[in-house]
Amino acid sequence: MTRATLLVLADGRFPAGGHAHSGGAEAAVRAGRITGAAGLEDFCRGRLHTAGLVSAALAAAGAAGLDPAGLDAAADARTPSPALRTTARKLGRQLLRAARATWPSPELDALAARFPKGAHQPVVLGTVARVAGLGPHDAAHCAAYEAVSGPATAVVRLLGLDPFEATAVLARLAPELDRVADRAVEAARHAAREGTEALPAASAPLLEISAEAHAAWPVRLFAS
Amino acid sequence: MHLDHTHDGPAALGADARRPDGTRRALRIGLGGPVGSGKTATVAALCRALREELSLAVVTNDIYTREDAEFLLREAVLPPERIAAVETGACPHTAIRDDISANLEAVEDLEDDAGPLDLILVESGGDNLTATFSKGLVDAQIFVIDVAGGDDIPRKGGPGVTTADLLVVNKTDLAPYVGADLARMAADAKAQRAELPVVLQSLRVEPGVRDVADWVRARLAAWTA
Amino acid sequence: MTAGVRARARIVARPDGRGGTALPVLDGEGPLAPRRTRGTGGEANVLLVGAMSGPLGGDHFSVEAEVLPGARLRAGSAAATLALPGQGKDGARYDVRLSVADDAELRWLPEPLISAYGSDLTVTTEAEVGAAGRLVLREEQVLGRVGEEPGRLASRLRVRIAGRHVLDQELVCGPGAPGGWDGPAGLGGHRAVGQLLVVRPEFATAPVAPRALGESAAVLPLAGPALLVSAVAPDARRLRATLDEALALLGAAAPVT
Repeated sequence: MTRATLLVLADGRFPAGGHAHSGGAEAAVRAGRITGAAGLEDFCRGRLHTAGLVSAALAAAGAAGLDPAGLDAAADARTPSPALRTTARKLGRQLLRAARATWPSPELDALAARFPKGAHQPVVLGTVARVAGLGPHDAAHCAAYEAVSGPATAVVRLLGLDPFEATAVLARLAPELDRVADRAVEAARHAAREGTEALPAASAPLLEISAEAHAAWPVRLFAS
Repeated sequence: MHLDHTHDGPAALGADARRPDGTRRALRIGLGGPVGSGKTATVAALCRALREELSLAVVTNDIYTREDAEFLLREAVLPPERIAAVETGACPHTAIRDDISANLEAVEDLEDDAGPLDLILVESGGDNLTATFSKGLVDAQIFVIDVAGGDDIPRKGGPGVTTADLLVVNKTDLAPYVGADLARMAADAKAQRAELPVVLQSLRVEPGVRDVADWVRARLAAWTA
Repeated sequence: MTAGVRARARIVARPDGRGGTALPVLDGEGPLAPRRTRGTGGEANVLLVGAMSGPLGGDHFSVEAEVLPGARLRAGSAAATLALPGQGKDGARYDVRLSVADDAELRWLPEPLISAYGSDLTVTTEAEVGAAGRLVLREEQVLGRVGEEPGRLASRLRVRIAGRHVLDQELVCGPGAPGGWDGPAGLGGHRAVGQLLVVRPEFATAPVAPRALGESAAVLPLAGPALLVSAVAPDARRLRATLDEALALLGAAAPVT
């Protein structure tokens, strides 16, 4: 692998559909729970340690070569909101499409054949990382970073938040992001020995609850 | 224009002209242009003009969720299963140019669920005067401007005006009311576009969308030839 | 270091052969005492009576209930469970293991768990439901007594139906929890959080539609014949009202109280 491969995969401009999703930030903005940089930081921190940790662990396990079907079922059980399950599969399908063009491989073709309507995005991300020559730690970092970079970009659009402030939020979260990635990789190691039950299941109640309301809004800027 | 290569995977990746089962996919035509220039109205008129002779579907890229899709549904130009809305995170130009993955899912799903299709119209919400479609998404694109937006738009150029496969100057019936000089618009457009075609149309008076529909028919004939 | 209290309660329900439910096992030790109370129809009713207010730090409580084919059990508790700080540094544990066989039904409806300031409690709830089993499970957590900051509370809820995991969720709140737990993604300042899990075989063929119940609760059909009502609220009373309202929406089959 090359280190630059990680940059290609983690780049927010990687064409895998993420730009249309706010990671729950749009609902939080509308409810008045995010009104500025401090709220964004608190939101991102909460998302990082819950959905972000779970995604990072799934991605790390995928990169380590655990069976994608088992990981996908584990992701389902860890995602009670049907709207979020649908979103995760959509984004997984879009990522797989972009990755198959970027890093063509029989393993990715097989994954697409197995999940024609998409597997959970972090599961796809792990497999893609592997095929691209990256390891579990890289995959975990990617997933954890996506968990916070998506909402930060979205809040810039939603609130007209100063983009420098939003980027500073991400920079402040960097050390925690590293720790989440470490935890995720450790959990993936356990899962390889003990099964997917060893994967983290941290949840954020308002992310799950508001996703359902958001999905039913007649007018919104972001798909999720 | 498009290489007719195949690959081994189970789903088409982008611009491939063949579907996974080896059949030719639908021709994909993009419609872009500024806000309010009449893109959705042109799509609706095209659907009415072509739906009897072709199997067609529409993908909308809206700024707000599915407003254009809702309009087409209300107008009943096509059955609901032939209209798909892509959500764009407030940036249609990103979804049609920089990250086309959601649009490719949508066109594929339409072909799977409502197919076989001859033609898919991909409409972009008008968020950006410079927005053009990726060649990975569409085979040809129409840029729709209107006389009320200012008769200097063709002169100013920009990627949509200069490079679109067809430029439509819409709402010509309004020209007298907004003081637009149609002859000047046509001349400026010709200067910007050399041999690329320009259509001046009004959907409110005959022949309406006829010229654009004829252009689409010609593209389709070339596609299936 | 003070050794904490270990307490265990065990309940087994089976059909009594006359259309009702018998309880061949109804054991408790220490502060956990299950009592049979008057049931209705074929359903046996058990109330878990806590003789002490624990668990305190260092304590380890466990409750097991097994509902055998054809039996119906409803279990509740006489009062809220209050997690309190202990003498030592150890946290407390509370483990609940539920098993519902095919054609059996369990309604597990305890009173809320209150996390008092300074306490540190880890709760695990694991439910195993047969393919044709039915379960209603309520979990309510209140962070701090009135006007009090909460302790640390970690809870994990796992549900398997016919051997397949349909839900695995962990929530960690209070001092020492990972950052952002009370922020706009987590609890958003709410002090009561609860879930209601409903497992019914008929959901496999007639799934319930997801829906939001205002801004602080939602009905979430899971990837299996089950749904979860997830809710946050300012306090225990409003949390219960929301969960009751959700159950009423789901139809007459599962009245709570």
